Amino acid sequence: MRFIQGNQAIVEGALYAGLRFYAGYPITPSTEIAEILSRRLPESGGTFIQMEDEIASLCTIIGASLTGLKVMTATSGPGFSLMQEAIGYAVMAEVPSVIVNVQRGGPSTGLPTAVAQGDVNQARWGTHGDHAIVTLTASNLQDVFLMTVEGFNIAETFRTPVILLFDEVVGHMREKVVIPEPGQVEIIERLHTSVPEGTNFHPYLRREDGRLPMSDFGGVHRYNVTGLVHDMWGFPSTDPTIAYDLLHHLVDKLENRADSIARYKEYFVEDAQVLLISYGSSARSALQMVVDRRKRGGKLGLLELQSLWPFPAETVREKCEDRTHVLVVEMNMGQICQQVKKVVSRPERVFLANRFDGVFISPADILRVLNMIQGKGA
Amino acid sequence: MPVKDYLRLRFFPHIWCPGCGHGIVMSGMIRAIEEIGLQKNEVVVVSGIGCSSRVAGYLDFHTMHTLHGRALAFATGVKMGRPDLTVIVPMGDGDALAIGGNHFIHAARRNIDLTAVIMNNRIYGMTGGQGSPTTPHGMKSTTSPLGIEDPPFDLVELAKGAGASFVARTTTYHAKEMTRMIARGIRHKGFAVVEVMSQCPIYYGRQNNLTNGVEMMKEFRDHTAPIGSRKKVSQPDLIERGIFVDEDRPVYSPAGLKED
Repeated sequence: MRFIQGNQAIVEGALYAGLRFYAGYPITPSTEIAEILSRRLPESGGTFIQMEDEIASLCTIIGASLTGLKVMTATSGPGFSLMQEAIGYAVMAEVPSVIVNVQRGGPSTGLPTAVAQGDVNQARWGTHGDHAIVTLTASNLQDVFLMTVEGFNIAETFRTPVILLFDEVVGHMREKVVIPEPGQVEIIERLHTSVPEGTNFHPYLRREDGRLPMSDFGGVHRYNVTGLVHDMWGFPSTDPTIAYDLLHHLVDKLENRADSIARYKEYFVEDAQVLLISYGSSARSALQMVVDRRKRGGKLGLLELQSLWPFPAETVREKCEDRTHVLVVEMNMGQICQQVKKVVSRPERVFLANRFDGVFISPADILRVLNMIQGKGA
Repeated sequence: MPVKDYLRLRFFPHIWCPGCGHGIVMSGMIRAIEEIGLQKNEVVVVSGIGCSSRVAGYLDFHTMHTLHGRALAFATGVKMGRPDLTVIVPMGDGDALAIGGNHFIHAARRNIDLTAVIMNNRIYGMTGGQGSPTTPHGMKSTTSPLGIEDPPFDLVELAKGAGASFVARTTTYHAKEMTRMIARGIRHKGFAVVEVMSQCPIYYGRQNNLTNGVEMMKEFRDHTAPIGSRKKVSQPDLIERGIFVDEDRPVYSPAGLKED
């Protein structure tokens, strides 16, 4: 058991998952991740490099990933904006990579030291072109640890960039974390090809289950990696059939598995008349409010989302059925609220309790909105 | 091994225009690798975006065709991940010095063990002939129809200033010299920059009354001179060719910085 900061819990999770290579650029409120890893990675035989900017940071870890290493970078809003180009590359070239965004207030330089959750849609759609992405989050440091491990597992399973979308409060708060013994939490390793040397290896020929076994740079198979639309050899193509199939594959491999990728927690959901939906640090205040109201007989419940993308539509739709109200609690102008309204059968019952002024949302903030929608005044 | 044995002939014909110099540079890279005796599995070629970047896909090594300007950053990851591999980075002038300028100077500052082969054709060819950071003052491009106003970078001076420990310049006319310099660059421990002046008759030449590749290569012959040669002394305006920097300096290695 350790009493540590959120950013350190990310580091512990990453190292537990097998992180071997980190490249990054300092930015508040994620900097501690780089600082801690600059010491810890070399100690454990890994590599740390500070790059000239966030663009280079993500490009560098993608290069390192192709040599067979588990890789990560960490940043916050402005740096995350700079990374969007290379996120698209990792999507297109299907390179396992983990990108941490400890969110702060935006847009632009915004509120560097204050909390926000305004990058939810950027995580989904920040890079150009049709694509799918995985985004995980957490509200307490034990879960930060676990979701970081899960992030690596998902990145390796599906050969995709995974975004760990934490926030300033989670990144900087301190809590007890139990670091599991090795083997206690499953670690998924990269799937390597069994094609022997001397036999043609098609780096982008999918197996029947949709997975693409890899071969490391420096190994016996030489192939091409590109951000252009490519064929099974990894060579650029403008063939419409190849383009159609590739885009479908990139989206389907994640969207069609949204349910298996979905991670969430339930608190008092069973008999709840009012269901709160929240994620990240906001879920802490949402849970506090639910617990407080339960003590007074209020039938409130909380659905805490730990995966935001692919959006767990089925789960949310199902959990929202037959509630008198659904209250989405987040620190932005309704980015997940929009998604919830889209998937539920009664969107008129979905309301938003939010803050986007750099102040952490409190149970009292949420209660004020609840009172309003229940006709009890502000 | 013949040059063609290093090519992925399945992917030919290549996309380069008639008279383009980039194929000569690719051949120089192959001959340099052959001369050194590197095995195919020991070589990684990482490129960015542009005409020059297509070199990567045509070569039968571990190859990576990445983002415009970012090749050195991707290559840094490959080299740090597998320090035993030889990593070569073919780039263009816009790729290396405009959009990739920041990565270029920092790779040089770190003195990371990569070899950057920069095909300087003084134009953006892939997009049809726009001015680049090396387009000489007054020359025409599709974005400077009256002649380019801003002064160009001198690639060699930039690389020297940023701290590259090996800096050379040659041209596609001087094919054997080019092979020797690329080979020296690859053998060099640290960040090596080899500028190869390459011709773009279609997009640079056509706008500037240089209509074919052969004539442009003859210009490389006539307008350049070896460093410190008598020709250079008598005609100081000539562009110098040769090895400008070749120093033994500490090579970037995070593992080497471990505390005792």
